[in-house]
Amino acid sequence: MPTTSRYARDVAVVAFAQSDHLRRTDELSEVEMVMPVLHEVLAATGLKAGEIGFTCSGSSDYLAGRAFSFTMTLDGVGAWPPISESHVEMDGAWALYEAWVKIQTGEADTALVYAYGKSSPGSVRDVLTRQLDPYYLAPLWPDSVALAALQARALIDAGQTDEAALAAVGARSRAAARHNPHAQLRGSVAQGDYQVAPLRTGDCPPVGDGAAAVILAAGDSARRLCERPAWITGIDHRIEAHGLGLRDLTDSPSTRLAAERAGFFDAPVDTAELHAPFSSQEVVLRKALGLGDEVTVNPSGGALAANPMMAAGLIRIGEAAARIHRGASDRAVAHATSGPCLQQNLVAVLEGDRA
Amino acid sequence: MTAAASPPEVLRAPLVVEFPFTRSLGPVQSAFLSGLRDRVVLGVTTSAGTVMVPPVEYDPVTAEELRELVEVAPTGTVTTWAWNGSPRPHQPLGTPFAWVLVRLDGADTAILHALDAPGPEAVTTGMRVRIRWAAERVGAITDIACFEPADDRTDPTDPTDPTGSADPAAAPVPHSGTFADPVTGIVAEARLDYTYSPGRAQTAYINALAERRTVGERCPSCHKVYVPPRGACPTCGVATTDQVEVGPAGTVTTFCIVNIKAKNLDIEVPYVYAHIALDGADLALHGRIGGIPYDQVRMGLRVEPVWTDGGRHPDHYRPTGEPDADYDAYKELI
Ligand SMILES: [Zn+2]
Repeated sequence: MPTTSRYARDVAVVAFAQSDHLRRTDELSEVEMVMPVLHEVLAATGLKAGEIGFTCSGSSDYLAGRAFSFTMTLDGVGAWPPISESHVEMDGAWALYEAWVKIQTGEADTALVYAYGKSSPGSVRDVLTRQLDPYYLAPLWPDSVALAALQARALIDAGQTDEAALAAVGARSRAAARHNPHAQLRGSVAQGDYQVAPLRTGDCPPVGDGAAAVILAAGDSARRLCERPAWITGIDHRIEAHGLGLRDLTDSPSTRLAAERAGFFDAPVDTAELHAPFSSQEVVLRKALGLGDEVTVNPSGGALAANPMMAAGLIRIGEAAARIHRGASDRAVAHATSGPCLQQNLVAVLEGDRA
Repeated sequence: MTAAASPPEVLRAPLVVEFPFTRSLGPVQSAFLSGLRDRVVLGVTTSAGTVMVPPVEYDPVTAEELRELVEVAPTGTVTTWAWNGSPRPHQPLGTPFAWVLVRLDGADTAILHALDAPGPEAVTTGMRVRIRWAAERVGAITDIACFEPADDRTDPTDPTDPTGSADPAAAPVPHSGTFADPVTGIVAEARLDYTYSPGRAQTAYINALAERRTVGERCPSCHKVYVPPRGACPTCGVATTDQVEVGPAGTVTTFCIVNIKAKNLDIEVPYVYAHIALDGADLALHGRIGGIPYDQVRMGLRVEPVWTDGGRHPDHYRPTGEPDADYDAYKELI
């Protein structure tokens, strides 16, 4: 049982799978990339596709360059005869949130959540400019690295980090990823040239293709499907004003508020999986959550080791849950972000049953 | 053992997505962009007295409607910046420049734009900058060509700076927001370039079409043959890998009569568009029916593909002359 229960039903992550994250996967269509991951989570629980109560996915048409692109991967979940299904045009962490709400309503006991992104067909830095304010920002084509670099400069000016400390974040992440066979960048990676100063190559995430899937289950179903379920004892997501010039880029009040509503501050955590695609964003998130050195941050390597668009946030929840499944963590926090400079943030607190 | 044949190279082709969204402007954005066209920078005042530039129509804190416009100076202070050594397509300057957030004099929030500077050593947080206007202005954020360094004074809000708060340009001035010939909309142009690759299953399908053959894939679980194959069986959720040649002839399972001529389509109306179940396929594909008057097409009609020179798929399907198929033979495929 979760130590605290703030919701109508106890819901847990009972299985997690991810693809290898690669720079290109030209030989695979999206459904061909997603299917092995779906089969892996189903096999882990013994569930058949038809036994899943609700299916929800996260992906982006702008990455695919095609409208309604998510319908193509529905073939991979066995969508006929008709299933109960939904989709978010966002990171799969938000698809997980929708699935969690669906289970809370009592309309489903289990849910399959998956997410995927192929960045290789286009230029993801340019593609992401299309999510910006169309009146004041998008016509200038400020790319994702440029916006993160503005945030990094603000942090350096405020004395909260420096270039050496940022490089250390990247180095620590890639060193941790040595133990993650799915990661795209592992081990020692050169800090490289400035991409947009003050951010260097080593401060930026790799661009790649990948997919992930999670199975959620409620109460007794979770106990039946998983030896040590990762109970979601709190989950919340918040958003900030879209104008970058309105925000204090050195802070993330939306992360802090989401964490507060998720009960994160009620007890210590041993693990944090933070969705920080840029080294500077880890600095912001650590401050927002008040994380000390006693917390293991991104033991998977995080988004600096593999950042498949639309899946990297769901992977943070999956990695945190997997540590609980195997007994390496008792209470973990997972964070997902979307939009420029940590505009939207989701925080989930996961706990395992204590012996 | 013989080496396994290496799989055929997957296909790839350029894919360009262009979309000119036409967006209408509300009263605040209309005034702001009309102002830029006329070299006037407007902000909006919140009930807390904050001046927001660029202006928004609703207060991000209170959600209150904001309509009180003020004019601010074309000069300001850099609040943060980033050096862009390799400008990307469409960005404001083609030469290396700094991205900047600038708090214009009189404003409390910052605007994002480019700063033209010789190098990163010439840029600092807190530096003074001014707007360089575009030669031709249309009522868009790009009417600001960029910012450029301005050494007018160090900090307008610093009371110890004699040229600072005394500068009349630093105080926002109420503005009616009224302009002759106001800008009421923008066209948000976008172009994204991709290299599209259809993946293994569709590559095999397209390669077969080049030889005027139609290849589907069979599900190893339910044994249905999908055409065109997408690599997965939607019923079983498993990969379809077993290739099966189908057709060339097939049966019309259902159809419609098209009476409206599509733009750039060189086909006389009315014509018939049909679902055609190729022999051996468990899914009907789409095609135009020709070689028969439109009002004589019927369910069960037997048809075959007609290829044109250089065509990459059948141009249309025409009757084979065989007797019609029995309804029972195709009723599951409608
Ligand atoms: Zn099947």
